[in-house]
Amino acid sequence: MSETLKLTVDRRDELAVIYTEGYINNQGGEEIAREAFKLIDDGEKTLLLNLSGTKIVNSIGISILIEIIEKMLDIEGKLAFCSLTPTIEKTFHIMGLTQYAAIFPDEESAVGELA
Amino acid sequence: MENSLVLREVTLTLPMLPDMEIAASKTATAMAEFMHMSSDRIDEVRMAVVEACINSFEHSQATDRKVYITFSVLGDRQPETLQIVLRDTGIGFDPGDVAKPTIEEKIKAESKRGWGLQIIQGLMDEVEISSNDDGTKIVMTKHR
Repeated sequence: MSETLKLTVDRRDELAVIYTEGYINNQGGEEIAREAFKLIDDGEKTLLLNLSGTKIVNSIGISILIEIIEKMLDIEGKLAFCSLTPTIEKTFHIMGLTQYAAIFPDEESAVGELA
Repeated sequence: MENSLVLREVTLTLPMLPDMEIAASKTATAMAEFMHMSSDRIDEVRMAVVEACINSFEHSQATDRKVYITFSVLGDRQPETLQIVLRDTGIGFDPGDVAKPTIEEKIKAESKRGWGLQIIQGLMDEVEISSNDDGTKIVMTKHR
């Protein structure tokens, strides 16, 4: 497992997908937020975070993801997650994130719903 | 669990440094794999251990800047339970004073943190916390 998070962004017509690879800790969360806020500033209103390359997160990293959710609520946009491990999905449920951000089993179903 | 034997035990002393929680999570994984826990349950243990370490790193104010973790596989002949005891020598806290966070509150709050205990309790089967002026001990249990 890498302790450094790598990000890839795929901008499409109706949404942008951010792919993560590695541990989402405080630095990882900040990197995601930086990328997400840049996309929002560029006019994106729908973001999908594909976490298929992330096997572990911590609560500090997730707290930073909540900042992105807050921003999306402000601009009336949408943030969704896909391809989570069962434990990350369970953690998001424990924290109640699913009230504000949809979770999809895979990217195909997420894009089908969001785009 | 009262009559259980300790079938395997590993003790770690970790400095409170960035990413040291990963070392603890790797040991937890090795112990859980030894007892043939399912991969999903291993992931849950791993994340709970990460959260317990981070809580201690961030809040304990332990002057020795260390956490002491004992991983024990317990069972009667066969491995049945993984017990993880994490201790620090910090200032302690009253678990009853820790408000349960809610997403509705946190989404508007300046600080969105404070989820550690809730995550640990949600992922482990049993969690006991004891804390006083000499430090904090958290006992986390996961059955196979």
